Amino acid sequence: MKTIDFMGQRKLATAVSVLLLLVAIGSLTVRQLNWGLDFTGGTLVEVHYSDTADLNAIRGTLNSGGYEGAIVVSFGSDKDVLIRLPQGYSDKEGAALLSALQDAYPGDVELRRIEFVGPQVGDELREQGGLAMLLALGLVMLYIAFRFQFKFAVGAVVALVHDVLITLGFFSVMGLEFDLTVLAALLAVIGYSLNDTIVVSDRIRENFRKLRRAEPVEVINISLTETLGRTLVTSLTTLLVLVALALFGGEIIRGFAIALIAGVAIGTYSSIYVAANTLLIMGVSKEDLMIPVKEGAEQEDLSL
Amino acid sequence: MLNKYPLWKYLLLVFVLFLGGFYAAANLYAPDPALQVTGENSAQLIDASTLQRALTALEDKGIAHFDETIDENGRNALIRLRDVDQQLVAQATVSRALGDGYIVALNLAPTTPSWLSDYGAQPMKLGLDLSGGVHFKLEVDVDAAVERRMEFYLNDTKRVLREERVRGLVSQDSNGRLEARFNSEELREQARALMAQNSPELVLDRVDEADSWNIVATLSEQKIKEIADYSVSQNLTTLRNRVNELGVSEPLVQRQGQRRIVVELPGIQDTAEAKRILGKVANLEFRLVARSDAPAADKQRFEYRSPDRAGMTEWLERELIITGERVSSAQSNFDQNGQPVVNIGLDSEGGVMMSRVTSRNVKRRMGVLFIERKYRTRYEVQEDGTEAIVKIPYDEKKLLTAPVINEALGANFQISGLDSPLEAKELALMLRAGALAAPVTFVEERTVGPSLGAENIRLGVKSVQIGLALVALFMVLYYRVFGIVAVVALSLNLMLLISVMSLLGATLTLPGIAGIVLTVGMAVDANVLIFSRIREELRNGLSPQMAIHAGYGRAVATILDANITTLIVAVILYAVGTGPVKGFAVTLSVGILTSMFTAIMCTRAMINLIYGGRRVKTLSIGGNSAVTGEG
Repeated sequence: MKTIDFMGQRKLATAVSVLLLLVAIGSLTVRQLNWGLDFTGGTLVEVHYSDTADLNAIRGTLNSGGYEGAIVVSFGSDKDVLIRLPQGYSDKEGAALLSALQDAYPGDVELRRIEFVGPQVGDELREQGGLAMLLALGLVMLYIAFRFQFKFAVGAVVALVHDVLITLGFFSVMGLEFDLTVLAALLAVIGYSLNDTIVVSDRIRENFRKLRRAEPVEVINISLTETLGRTLVTSLTTLLVLVALALFGGEIIRGFAIALIAGVAIGTYSSIYVAANTLLIMGVSKEDLMIPVKEGAEQEDLSL
Repeated sequence: MLNKYPLWKYLLLVFVLFLGGFYAAANLYAPDPALQVTGENSAQLIDASTLQRALTALEDKGIAHFDETIDENGRNALIRLRDVDQQLVAQATVSRALGDGYIVALNLAPTTPSWLSDYGAQPMKLGLDLSGGVHFKLEVDVDAAVERRMEFYLNDTKRVLREERVRGLVSQDSNGRLEARFNSEELREQARALMAQNSPELVLDRVDEADSWNIVATLSEQKIKEIADYSVSQNLTTLRNRVNELGVSEPLVQRQGQRRIVVELPGIQDTAEAKRILGKVANLEFRLVARSDAPAADKQRFEYRSPDRAGMTEWLERELIITGERVSSAQSNFDQNGQPVVNIGLDSEGGVMMSRVTSRNVKRRMGVLFIERKYRTRYEVQEDGTEAIVKIPYDEKKLLTAPVINEALGANFQISGLDSPLEAKELALMLRAGALAAPVTFVEERTVGPSLGAENIRLGVKSVQIGLALVALFMVLYYRVFGIVAVVALSLNLMLLISVMSLLGATLTLPGIAGIVLTVGMAVDANVLIFSRIREELRNGLSPQMAIHAGYGRAVATILDANITTLIVAVILYAVGTGPVKGFAVTLSVGILTSMFTAIMCTRAMINLIYGGRRVKTLSIGGNSAVTGEG
């Protein structure tokens, strides 16, 4: 098989990554995230109308009912309506709103769900989410440093931060709602992207020990080429189920699926370019990986 | 011989898969829609004639039912229905036929056959987002509980100083700290010794001002934590009791973190009512037993609550001494003679009121009333001919006990003369259940309608099926026979995942289903890793048997590393996350573990059975490598 010169394009890849990161960070500072109810607090009511719902009429009803700042959107179909009230309404408002809607509509208004989140909870969640993210990164770095080597740990964590930031940036640029399930998806992205990165790192380590005379760039190119098929196939299978989830899983789970799709796509790219690139920048060499005790075992393996 | 498993390995695999299949099987039996009938209190038993009344009413309405049972204590009756759409009508019919005094709740009765349930196989529980219901998160106002306790110390310190004739000024500052001011250092030291002896929990600091020697008293961190803990766990008990009033079939009341309590009520739609009952501050009243010559306008008659004293009544004064809000603790114990007693602690205000009334009424009796909210149901025919159910709430007040007041009571007193330690325990429980130890606020509330729940299940199952089908199709096209093996392993993985979740008693939620879908995608990763390694080894010129052996051998270490790191993330998700995130984390971690078993061991066993132990020229693994290899 012909070795693909992945690292020949590393300057371009670095530029692309930096650009994406800048856009992501820029958008996160300027536009910020479209925080979901879990984080902002407030009230959310989802109702199902027996016939096509007239959003303007509903807005009118809510305005005259004194619900200022209510956001009314259709949810999935033209019969399903989502109403979001900002922070400040009491926890009893959801039920009152529902009866106001029913009074103004001749058909049936069926309650799908009401969610009320108080102001205390949101801040805490943000804190917890951030903490979970940092903790996950820290522990993963520790594990890789222990199993591989410190430079690999840095490479993996750089790739993870890259993936998480760009996925967050994607949500910010697209104005997609960021709720609790998206946070879970983001943490799953960490796990998933790591999976890819480790497979690649594993091969790089193996080849550094096997191909003693090759230059680091060459070793990495060979390793990436060897694992390319696998990297693409695993991402593809995962993307297949995620697309199924996004298309058929219903509205509530869609944000989760989209976050993972974005994360897996970026994670695939980063396991090829970001992690390996970071290794080169830090000047990885075979001396980093030569463990005299392990060598004998390696030789034995090869003779199989 | 290469690529042959010893017999014991096959047996082990078959055994594990059999167990998995066995415990997953319980999920194949869809539960029956059912009605659960319980008495409103524990004394209200359900006998055959009660059940017959309910069944007759159902038959009159033409609602099909079957397999009606009453449990051995006579507390619960279960009526299974044929049609889920009739469940609500059936509920209304039965509660009307039985009248007040019975709670008729919607339920899903498991249909697990006894050959499964005898060995502990149960279907997975469904989360609220799948079954419909209400989820509340309450925050316990721990600061209020601490403040209440400081008030107690304030009054207590004042009392001690007064009794010992130590002149000083004791007050509480805005931060809740106690400040005691004295005119001389001597007085202060005297007071300090008294306070240290009387309330050892207080941390006493000396603060000197121009003409004043002060003590600033605060509670130690340890003590504050204790109070917080006590008030949260106390509230938990109270809330459990109150949830039972709501008549929900499988409620969940659980502590979450330092000061939060989660309450989940499946099947409930009326959140306003649920919140009113949960948030109620107190439901106890302490009143004097009326003198026999008291005018009728000043007294009221109450029945005893305990079934042992059914029919017995007492006349109590209309005037209250205190309500349950003032009760801060109640514990059953033994006095010095070994007789069962209940020790009651009141807050400072309660103590003052109690001593004011009891000091003038020694040798009279004091009744303790327990208040429960109940409903009378009326059926009204409306203008349009439909029938409306009107529930009229009323408070039922029954007497818990009416002991004699032996001396003037303060903030701490004792009820003795109880028949048994069991009675003491029950009384203490009722007294504690009467009040929340600290006020609660609702910080989160989620209601999911039953139709949305059903739709979530349908969509979830559909996306698992489609995802699985897509992956299966791809794998078979790309890896041929090896692909088929991987797909079989994937199905086994789903089965194992479901069985482990059922065994753990985990709750299936929508994010949990998402976790399952993701596991499907990730579980094949391991196989892709192995198979692509085998292809590579074939290209490197290894024989098919060698390639299989080397492919598995080399890929396993990588798979382990990759999965352990993902597992780390899943565990963190579980530890830090709440609600939906936790559900996702559970399925993800269980899925990772079962997938390692199926994707490595099971596929290897199948490949060994297909190719192992014989001369093989080619491997059906897709790609160019299928025709290479020398055999």
